[in-house]
Amino acid sequence: MSPAGGVARERGFAHALLDAAAATPEGLIGRDGAAPVRRFAVYRNNVTVGLIDALATRFPVVRAIVGEACFTGLARGYARANPPRSPLMHLYGASFPTFLAEAVGLEELDYLPDVSRLESARVHAYHAADATPLDVSAFAALDPGVLGDLRLSLHPSLTLVRSHHPVATIWAMNAGAIPLEPIGDWRGEDVAVVRPRLEVEVLPLSPGAATFLDALDRGVAFADAAVEGVEATGGPVPHDALVGLARLVQAGLVVGLTQGVTP
Amino acid sequence: MNRSIAAAAFATSLVAAFAAAAQADDAMKGKEKCFGVALKGQNDCAAGPGTTCAGTAKMDHQGNAWKAVPAGTCVTMKTPKGMGSLTPIKS
Repeated sequence: MSPAGGVARERGFAHALLDAAAATPEGLIGRDGAAPVRRFAVYRNNVTVGLIDALATRFPVVRAIVGEACFTGLARGYARANPPRSPLMHLYGASFPTFLAEAVGLEELDYLPDVSRLESARVHAYHAADATPLDVSAFAALDPGVLGDLRLSLHPSLTLVRSHHPVATIWAMNAGAIPLEPIGDWRGEDVAVVRPRLEVEVLPLSPGAATFLDALDRGVAFADAAVEGVEATGGPVPHDALVGLARLVQAGLVVGLTQGVTP
Repeated sequence: MNRSIAAAAFATSLVAAFAAAAQADDAMKGKEKCFGVALKGQNDCAAGPGTTCAGTAKMDHQGNAWKAVPAGTCVTMKTPKGMGSLTPIKS
């Protein structure tokens, strides 16, 4: 067979895998010499069920929120339109949040894409590289005069999820961390998802903290990051920023620091 | 607030900030702990489904016309907008 013929055959096979109405791909021959129609149907079913299960594993809170039947339908629609591009299944579903944002019937659950981003961030953190957080003592030894110019390296597992919806509360309710009940005070929440050591953590952030963290993560000097952060809130900068720094260190988010490099 | 003012103010002791953060941590303790729920049981098993014959026992029944009808915990959580339309929409 020519290479081009091989590619065409692969495409045909891939298409038939994702379309339940498609015929058994040409060229498949069973032991009896006939096309293995039923066997291929089993295989096709396995592929779809496998992808649906992979999404259910990765997005358990989304699944709880919409219910199993609804989730299965969503996951099937997503899987058929977005087959995996990588053999690493923990990466599968990266565009699921976008899919949810556009799904017909979910308009009312406009918070769902952000919740799914949080869940995605947790899996990312779980698989991210290890890094040893800096100890408080690394900061205690610093001359306070150099603080403003410090640049911090944040943990490689860190993802910031910023939302106009109470994503931390919604996630915690469905993860069994707090009781499931109506959310009266519907306001935006930002979270840091990180795995400082062995366990993935979801840390709710105070207003402005996400901006501050994001700036630090971009390599902005501490003082400038603090100013960026406060412009988002209006709190007292120096105090908030120092407490913020202390909390970051205590939470294990800081893995490195560079002093006195002014561009 | 400009940068130099902020930087000058940082010259106050970091120790105090760490102490304040520790206090805040105490105050947040219950909540913070809850939120730090670990990703238990999450491992590479997502690569497992589909690589076995799991699907032979579990059929994926595909509907022809399908529209998402959420009916999970979203009904309990409710938004300020109300969740009236979360009941199945007859179309």
